[in-house]
Amino acid sequence: MRTTTVVVVGAGHAGLAMSRRLTERSIDHVVLERGEVGNSWRTERWPGLRLLTPNWQTQLPGRRYDGDDPDGFMTMPEVIGFVETYARAIAAPVHTHTAVSAVRPGRDGYEVVTSGGPWRCAAVVVASGACSVPVVPAAAGGVPPGVASLTPSAYRGTDGLADGGVLVVGASATGVQLAGEIRRSGRPVTLAVGEHVRLPRLYRGRDILSWMDGAGVLDQRYDEVDDIVRARHVRSPQLVGSPERATLDLNSLSAAGVRLVGRLGGISDGVALFSGALPNLCTLADLKMNRLLDALDGWATAAGFDDDLPAPHRFEPTRVGRPPTALDLGRDGIRTIVWACGYRPDHSWLHLPVFDRRGRIRHDGGVVGDAPGVYLLGAPFLRRRRSSFISGAGPDTRELCDHLVALLDGAPLRITPARA
Amino acid sequence: MTVTTTPVDNGIDLQFLLDARESLSANPDAADFQWRASCTWVNGTHSHTVVEGFGGLGEEQAHTAASHYDVDHPLCFGSEDHGPTPTEIVLVGLAGCLTAGVAAVAQRRGIQLRSVTATLTGDMSVLGVLGADPDVRNGFSHIAVHFDIDADASPADIAAIVAQSQKRSAVYDILTNPTPVTVTVN
Repeated sequence: MRTTTVVVVGAGHAGLAMSRRLTERSIDHVVLERGEVGNSWRTERWPGLRLLTPNWQTQLPGRRYDGDDPDGFMTMPEVIGFVETYARAIAAPVHTHTAVSAVRPGRDGYEVVTSGGPWRCAAVVVASGACSVPVVPAAAGGVPPGVASLTPSAYRGTDGLADGGVLVVGASATGVQLAGEIRRSGRPVTLAVGEHVRLPRLYRGRDILSWMDGAGVLDQRYDEVDDIVRARHVRSPQLVGSPERATLDLNSLSAAGVRLVGRLGGISDGVALFSGALPNLCTLADLKMNRLLDALDGWATAAGFDDDLPAPHRFEPTRVGRPPTALDLGRDGIRTIVWACGYRPDHSWLHLPVFDRRGRIRHDGGVVGDAPGVYLLGAPFLRRRRSSFISGAGPDTRELCDHLVALLDGAPLRITPARA
Repeated sequence: MTVTTTPVDNGIDLQFLLDARESLSANPDAADFQWRASCTWVNGTHSHTVVEGFGGLGEEQAHTAASHYDVDHPLCFGSEDHGPTPTEIVLVGLAGCLTAGVAAVAQRRGIQLRSVTATLTGDMSVLGVLGADPDVRNGFSHIAVHFDIDADASPADIAAIVAQSQKRSAVYDILTNPTPVTVTVN
């Protein structure tokens, strides 16, 4: 059996950033990748997708965007190119086409079972992605015959959709982006909206994520926020990266002809039932956005930027009217339902007693306490608000690598056996 | 923001609620409650419902006293009007739930309430329940709740309290989302 000190699972931006940290510290490691470098970006994203973070924020340890469009947004081929170039530049010891099927306690650490044979190691870094499995709610069981069901991972652009109406379920980043894109194809689009995070693309002439970066919002730490459970469940913001730097919120979707309805409660006898709570969720999202803008304005004033910026202003409240709470899918001409209800990671290969009753890894800022030497990367608000962005990998891996080095310098690791 | 010299007291034991949240999170089975009502037909559209016991915290519980509800329909429905209609009872539940939420959220946010009143309206065409028009649903077509709140807070903060109260309200959720209901006999 081959041995190494650290096995990093996944050669995306997070796993590669950790590889670079380990190389800096001269720690022997391998990066195991089921496909090619940047596999999720290659195979699990739709063609029209762009990053929702501006180019200048696309940075990894030792490398930052050096193109001529710092305020633009990368296409998927550009992201893949950035990650590939990074892997080469840092000479990451990546083993491609090596799928990990199990990680379990082993002698002096862990045993990693892969399609390329087993590895023995002292530490494992889980960097296999936070968005591996699209969440499909139980309501999908009620989809009637003749209506196609699709996840964002399977969506490959509007050409693959049946003619006729489309119901997009979920109004976070993925849902609003798909609703806008599908609407532009001319199809009637209904968007089922639950809890959501409203953000303008530009505020006072600057990108909202540049504001949040400058004001320190993205650097809020997991051990400083009021309620980390809630913070980790905050939906991805209603943002799209487009050359026009356009705002994509419920008002702009309504103006484009998208019909808004409440959260999908269920589908029964071909009739979809929607929550009547949409007006309140929109009020909450507007209030939260305005609270953020208040804080950003306060920061700009304190930092002395007001003279260089347009005056503060507020956006129009979300218009919802009185949306229908029931739609007969057949009568309404809805032929496709797209489930944009979020994603979850796939950690089924991790055979360690590290999961809570909901099947999520218990961790303290990425340190998996129930399995010393195991670390998690890339999860929402892992260590800071920017953890789910590419730019979060730099600071997160710096801190977790420090922890890992201290652990390796200490006593030999003792691993509790997996529960039956 | 107004600086208050006296501690905020809306009559909510905040520490009790926070402690309960923590202990029930650690022991989720105890968080499973069952609410109950027992109804007896009296005559015509008049019925009498008693609320007393409930299940929760892993055992049988009871209110400090039983509550009695006479439910009926008004004279213009050909009934004897021994009490509110069932639909009005639903509004009572919504009002009580949202108002309790306003007090609790305000306490949590350190905002002293001076007065809270809620006015509720539920619109309904009775053609549905009369079976006179199959396209009209039986239930409410719309419910409107209007709060008048006097408190030591900005209008935006008060709006946020009301919005958060809806977000955490059981009855608001019951009314805005489908709930499976099973009815059995004998």
